[in-house]
Parts: sequence; structure tokens; C-alpha cells
Amino acid sequence: MNWQRFSFCLCTASSGCFVYKIIHFLATYCCKQNLVVTAWRLVFILNSSLKVLPALCLKKLHYIFINNEWHDSVSGKVFSTYNPATGEKICDVQEADKADVDKAVQAARLAFSLGSVWRKMDASERGRLLFKLANLVERDSAYLATLESLDTGKPFLSSFFVDLQGTIKTFRYFAGWADKIHGSTIPTDGEYFTLTRHEPIGVCGQIVPWNFPLVMTAWKLGPALSCGNTVVLKPAEQTPLTCLYIGALIKEAGFPPGVVNILPGYGPTAGAAIASHMGIDKVAFTGSTEVGKLIQEAAGKSNLKRVTLELGGKNPNIIFADADFELAVEQAHQGVFFNSGQCCTAGSRIFVEEPIYEEFVRRSVERAQRRTVGNPFDPTTEQGPQVSAEQQSRVLELIQSGITEGAKLECGGKAPPSKGFFVEPTVFSDVQDHMRIAKEEIFGPVQQIMKFKTIEEVIERANNTEYGLAAAVFTTDLNKAMNVSAALQAGTVWINCYNALSCQCPFGGFKMSGNGRELGEIGLKEYTEVKTITMKMSGKKS
Amino acid sequence: MLRTVFSRPFPQVFRISACQHSTIPAPNVHPDVHYNKIFINNEWHDAVSKKKFPTINPATGEVICHVAEGDKADVEKAVKAAKDAFKLGSPWRRMDASHRGLLLSRLADCIERDAAYLAELETLDNGKPYAVSYTVDVPMVVKCLRYYAGWADKWEGKTIPIDGDYFCYTRHEPIGVCGQIIPWNFPLLMQAWKLGPVLATGNTVVMKVAEQTPLTALYVASLIKEVGFPAGVVNIVPGMGPTAGAAIASHMDVDKVAFTGSTEVGHLIMKASSTSNLKKVTLELGGKSPNIVLSDANMEEAVEQSHFALFFNQGQCCCAGSRTYVQESIYDEFVERSVERAKKRIVGDPFNFNTEQGPQVDEEQFQKILGYISSGKREGAKLMCGGGPAADRGYFIQPTIFGDVKDDMTIAREEIFGPVMQILKFKSLEEVIERANDSKYGLAAAVFTKNIDKAHYISNGLRAGTVWINCYDVFGVQAPFGGYKASGIGRELGEYGLDNYTEVKTMPSRLS
Repeated sequence: MNWQRFSFCLCTASSGCFVYKIIHFLATYCCKQNLVVTAWRLVFILNSSLKVLPALCLKKLHYIFINNEWHDSVSGKVFSTYNPATGEKICDVQEADKADVDKAVQAARLAFSLGSVWRKMDASERGRLLFKLANLVERDSAYLATLESLDTGKPFLSSFFVDLQGTIKTFRYFAGWADKIHGSTIPTDGEYFTLTRHEPIGVCGQIVPWNFPLVMTAWKLGPALSCGNTVVLKPAEQTPLTCLYIGALIKEAGFPPGVVNILPGYGPTAGAAIASHMGIDKVAFTGSTEVGKLIQEAAGKSNLKRVTLELGGKNPNIIFADADFELAVEQAHQGVFFNSGQCCTAGSRIFVEEPIYEEFVRRSVERAQRRTVGNPFDPTTEQGPQVSAEQQSRVLELIQSGITEGAKLECGGKAPPSKGFFVEPTVFSDVQDHMRIAKEEIFGPVQQIMKFKTIEEVIERANNTEYGLAAAVFTTDLNKAMNVSAALQAGTVWINCYNALSCQCPFGGFKMSGNGRELGEIGLKEYTEVKTITMKMSGKKS
Repeated sequence: MLRTVFSRPFPQVFRISACQHSTIPAPNVHPDVHYNKIFINNEWHDAVSKKKFPTINPATGEVICHVAEGDKADVEKAVKAAKDAFKLGSPWRRMDASHRGLLLSRLADCIERDAAYLAELETLDNGKPYAVSYTVDVPMVVKCLRYYAGWADKWEGKTIPIDGDYFCYTRHEPIGVCGQIIPWNFPLLMQAWKLGPVLATGNTVVMKVAEQTPLTALYVASLIKEVGFPAGVVNIVPGMGPTAGAAIASHMDVDKVAFTGSTEVGHLIMKASSTSNLKKVTLELGGKSPNIVLSDANMEEAVEQSHFALFFNQGQCCCAGSRTYVQESIYDEFVERSVERAKKRIVGDPFNFNTEQGPQVDEEQFQKILGYISSGKREGAKLMCGGGPAADRGYFIQPTIFGDVKDDMTIAREEIFGPVMQILKFKSLEEVIERANDSKYGLAAAVFTKNIDKAHYISNGLRAGTVWINCYDVFGVQAPFGGYKASGIGRELGEYGLDNYTEVKTMPSRLS
């Protein structure tokens, strides 16, 4: 544990920081030893010490990161980031726009120029740097998890065990790929010798969302850096802090200046500047389908940069009567409510086979009513606030439309009276396919439960959407499982589980849920150009 | 051998300059030996027979220490431990692949931490120059383990569109208990080449290390325990080939055996497999690798590389370029310059930073090489330099060059495994390809030319597992290595190396 580094980021102005450090150390130790329960207790103590957190001075985390240096915005503008659990401001952050993107692209282009340190580096050394980055994230994971929860509102335990682990594992996984991205030699016709090289694309623009700020940063940086690209990355304006901290770790790990540049800012300014920049060779975006269209349009209008998109979903979760009932209820619950419902993979259309429908609704409501909503730093909290006031009112508006269109509100439906952007766990039954809540992505803690009779019917209804990101099937019948999963138009189909994502498996969308795949070996494809080299030779031999 | 990765900090490993010395820590020339027993189940055991054997410092001929001598009974214990560790439901079998990778990566970190000590011990036991142990052997070990750490969770099966109402996929499963028998010329590195892929793919291991050089491998065993591999996953038995080695090769519960060593013993391994349980066999064996220098080559570069190709590691490389074919028009000049270079080669105390060449590994090798040198003289090759011992104690041999070597001479056909260079003359490309291929071996080869067509023509025509163009002994852990013909079966390193340790399970299921 490197305390110097740690205190670099945590201001010691408050004596509470000392308590925090001790707890950080103990919690990390317990997690390493798999002493989850002990970690829980410690987090409870952490909770009481968190009164000091608003006093934290988030040194360095409010600047723009270009060329391994911290910059003010060219315009001098700043924006505020808020704690969604209280609505209070955490700090001001420098607001990047077009002029800053220009600076960052220049840095990234220089870092990518032929003969640069980055271009001449052994692939295995790139992997080494990524691996080191993973170790640094692991070292600072308690701090990062705290910051992530503070900025997004997600429960601390979730941040620590899901987000941080996912981030570390993703960096490690792509670290391993760096020197395994093979081209091929090809038996061409005629007296020629052909080989392919998988080369980096160049400067990659990456725009990440606010629902999993760290994990999405890792999903983007991992493959881009593994393949040898340079990056201009814009985190979401709602949640810029942890991503900027990664910038500090990138520098500490020893990536050459300009390889990664991080620009906090807004979509219509900084995001648009990236998508339409003539000096950016590829753009990867994760966010809404609506913005995804703008990105592709900007790419088309500018320099035909390569585009990968991970967009929205309205994911069907199909429960057959023969399923393990307990498992299905719990997984369907987690499938939609996890992360306050703010997942592109949320299983937001639950299709339940007729014979078990009533019971399934009853049990799901029971489970939703038990869901604890509250302070993200309370270890018993399952659900924190929505990320912003805007998201909160959008979710409440969709809930209202459900009621108006005649779905049956089983529980929840309101914002609790406390401050912060919370929404009660909400369950609708008797939902019809044409209702807005069955068609639009709600991105909140709202579960829609529908009834179906036959396999053919449910497949057709499940596929009848513009989206195709994920889906799930619960059944103990292998045939049903395989037939339904083969028929669903979705990039991922889970069988008897939900949200079982891992960095080894590709993830992405059919139809309007996106373009391309992230993670897995296939994720590398999105960050490489294949060059075919054919050479004339005499005297062909097999 | 194995220069590549260090070509930047140490552009010429075999001639490390004064300024580079400063980056190498001064060695302790008497490193302590911490481990000299048999490593089974993450514990240290005496031999069942209580026997011990001495391991010698080849630079002085003195005994370093005595090491527990494993034989059949100890192999039996080790196999049982490895089999238990491989049981369904064991911690090792239930471990996430990514965690296997993490353990391998931590092992690499520990070896990096103890690099100076391991390099000292390697030099003490093997005789290779410390500067080489430290800048070549140990870093390559670290890189190898890190490389295979990355593969652990990337070794993917496939789903396959078979005909009919079936759904079909493959799983890449570990083979089981793998016997691994490694040589003395690169004790640490050969251990890493074996452990990297076998552990990345989830097997368990019974490894026999060479009796000449058991010490560094046993220290690595202690690191295996330190980083947290479950007990029984790696078991290391120092011992002799005819006892411990044979017990592994013929054991009914060993599912696979991998051997690196001589072609002669390779035959025995394969025979033992066939008379026992048909265990899978991979072999990395001898070579008599042709190094072809065309008249248009960069002379200086070709002379230096050819010198390195043969003399590196005291000539104790299976891929040594021991048949140097030089085109007629440059033959005389090439021989002259090679002799000049060989005479400059510094032979001596392996702990001295200026030393390019240490002793041969033991008395037996020393005598065998001297025997080959006499046969060369007897059969009419022209001794250009060297030809005898280079010191009055230790197993040092002078850098030796023979000119006017003919293809049918013993020194042109058999693997000498010592600092003895054979230079042969050729006229045409067709001729040299035919002569180069006229060997039972097919491990490596090289061609030096500036002409791209000739480079391709020759490299495609050669029957060898590796062909270097305008370079020699360039090894990357990412690139496969192995032999055609009697030089071996299978490939180590790279993605190909994973095949050796994998059973593919095909799983079609009926869909209605």
C-alpha cells in the first residue's frame, strides 16, 4: 500500500481522513483475504467516517488530462459534479470542449507518429504497462470505490466488489492479449507470398457513459491500448472523477505522454468534437441509441472514421414454467434492479409463462418491496439514487405513462421523500407489448412483467423491438434453452443466469443496440486495421 | 541463443560493454543454496532411498552441494500428489482460468525480484557467464511466464455448425498429469518453457530437472509455493534419467510427457510411452543446424552472427549453427575473419563480466567434445584455431574452428554441443539446400543474404522448424520453436505451445 500516493489524492485537511485511511487499509486487506463479512462491518464503520468525505479535496481530479499533464480548459469554463445521494456539489471540474479536443488529438497524433516511443515499444511491453495499471487500480481500489459511489450513487459494496474487480480484470485480460494479436500467412494463388499484420488504427476517440464509469473506461482503454492505439477519452459529465484518477494511474504506470488523454465535458461540445474530428481515426461510444445515431452521422460527415457503438436495450428475460422458480425470481429481480436499473443490459421485459405468472408476480413484488434503498455507503443498501435529477424525473415520467396506459402498478412508483435522486423499486404487471414502458428504455428501477403461452409466441414478441442487446432464458429443459437462445436476436443470451458478464466474453448488440463487440478476443478486432502484404517470389513451394 | 528481447539494452550480449556492466548488479560468487531436496505437494522431501548426488561447479570441478536423488519411488509419490491436485473438484480444477494466469504472473514477478540471486546460482551450477544469466536467461524466463499467464483465459474452444439437429462445441481441457524432463543447458529457461504452457492450460506437473543443474529449478519451486499454487500442482524431482526420467516416461498415471534433450534419449522416451499407457509425447531434441551465408551477405554481420550462432552458451545449444555453409567466392575471407573473431573470444571465469565463454557443463561433455575435435583432425578437416582445453582446471575448451569440412565427416553429421565450428563451402543455391537438408535433424537453420528472392527460396526449401533470415538465435516467446524430422515432435512457445497440453473435447448435443 502506497500511502504517499493515497494522500496525494485525499486532502489531509480533515482529521477524519486518517480514520478513512485505516479503514481503507483494513477493508482492502479483508477483501484480499475473502473476509467479506468483516469487510462489511468495516464498511459500516467507514460509513460513519464518511461524514468527512464532502470535505475531501479532490486534488488533480478536476483538470483535463493531456500529454500526462493536467490542464485547465482553454475556455476557462468549469462544470459541477454532484453527489446524487444528497444532490450536493462534490467539486467543479474543468470543462473541455472543441479547443481542448484539438489539443488532445494533437497530443495523441504525436504519440502515434511513426518512430514514437509508443510505436516502437514491444507489444509485450504494452501488455506490461496495462498489467501495471491493473495493479495500481487494485492498490487504490478502496479509494476508487469510494469515489465511484460518491459520484454515481451506487452502493459502495457494489463499487468495490463488482466495478473495481471488473476494471482490474479487464485491464489484466487485455494486458495478456498485447503480444498475442496474430496476423497470418496466407497460401495465395500464384507465385506470391502473403502475410497480414494487425496494426493499430491510430487515434481513437472514446466516449463513456455514467452508469459504470470505471468499468466502461477499462472496456475502452483495455483493447485500444493492447492493440497499440492512442486515445482521446471523454468521461460522462455526471461522473468524471474516477476516470480522471485513472489518468493519474496511467501516468504512474509509465504510459508515454499523449497515449491516453482524458477530457471531461459535455456530449454536444466535447463529444461532438471527437466524433467529427478529422484527426481521429476511430470512435467508440457507449450510451443511448439516440446519441449513437449522432455519432455515426458525425463519422459519416467527417472522415469516415470507424465506429463502434454500445447502445440501449429493452432486454427480454423469458421465464418458462419448468424453471427453478426461486432462482428465476431472484435473477429477474437483480436483472432489472441492479445498479438502480441503470444498465443497458437491464432485463426490463420479463416474459413469464402463463401457468406460473400470478405466483411469479406475487413473489417478484415481495422481493422488490424488500429491496433496501438508501445511503450508498450503508452496507445494507441494495439500491442507491439515480445518477441525476434529470434521470430521476425521466424514470418517474415513464412510470406515470405505465399507469396511464393501463398497466397494473404492483408496488413503488414514486420518489421517496428523502433528498437525493431516489426512485422506489417499482413493479408493473399486466404489461402489454405496445405500452411505452414495454418499448422504451427506462434506465431505472422499474420491472415490467408480461405473460406468454407458447415458445413461438414469446420468441416473436421478444424479438419485436428495435433493440437487440441482451436476453435471458430460464428453463431446466436443454432443448428449450438452446432453441430459444438460438432464435433470439440479441448479442448476449444468458441461460439460467443474468448479467453474467466477463471480460473473456464478447458483448454487444444486434440491431439498434449497437455496432461491433467489446471484450473477448473479438474486442481486439475493433481496434486493429489489417494490412495485407503480398510479395512476388519465385520458386513456389508448399 | 535467445538474444532478441535484450537486443536493445544489450545489443551484443556476447560482448557486453563497460557501460552496460553498470546495469548488472555485482554478483555474489558464492550464493547460498537454500533448497536441495525433492519438491512434492509444496513440501520438501528427502529421497525415499535417502540417496544424494553431488552437483558440481564446472568452472572449478568442485562440489557445490549434495542434492536428494529422486528415483522410481519418489516419482511415484510425486505422481500421486499431481493426480490428487488434478482431481475433479480440487482447488486447481475449480480455479478460474484468469486466476491461473494471475498466479503465473506473480511467479514471474517473484523471479524478477530474485533475478540477481537466480542468475548467480545458474552461473555457479551451469558455468554460463553471469552477465548472460542475468541479461538473457532470467529475463527470458520472466517474459515466458508472463506471456503464458496471459493465455490462461484466452485458450478458447469453438462452437461448430455441424450437420443435422445438433448443437456442437469444443472445450479445451487440460490433459492431466504431465511429466516434464528438462536439460542442463538452460535450466531456468527450459523450466519456464515447460511450466508456462502446462500451468496456463490447467495441468499438474511432475518435473525432472537435469542432475547436472538442479539448483535454480528447486529455488523456483519455492517461489511456486510462495505465490500460492495449490499443493501438488507442481512437483519437482531432481534425479537421473535412467531412474527418475524413465519412471516418468513409463508411468501409467502420467498422461503426457514432454522431453527436451538428446535425440538418443528422445527415442527411449517414445518407446517408454508406447510400452506403457500411450501417453502423449512432445520432444525437443538435437540439431545439426545449417547456417547458410551467400556471397552477397553483409560480411561483417554474417561473420559475427555465425560466430554467435555456434559459440553462444559454450556451444551448448540444440539450435547451434554447427554447419556453416559459405558460398565459394567469399569462403576464404569468411574463414579468415571467423578465425580472427574466435581467437578474440574471451574464455574464463564465468563471474567475470568480460567473459564470453565459460566452461562446458561437466567432465563427460568436456571429454566428448575433445573426442569430436580429434575425429575432425583424423578425418582430414583443417583445424584453423583452438582444439584443446583452455584451462588447467574446470571444463574449459578453446573456441575451435575447422575449415575444409566435408559433409560426410563425423563433425559435420553429429551434434557436438561444444565450441567447435565447422565451415563448409558451396557453389549453388540448389546444391546448398540439398546438402543442408541431408541430415536426420531439422531443428533450425539460417540464411544470410541481401536478396529477398534468395532468402525466400532458401528458407522455404529448408526442412527446419525455425529459419532465421539475417539473424540467428532470435527467440521470442510469442513465436513457436521445435523440430522437423528427428529433432522433435510438437512445438513449444507461442499459441502453438498450448496444443501440447490440451485435450480437445467435442460436445455435440441433440436438439429437437
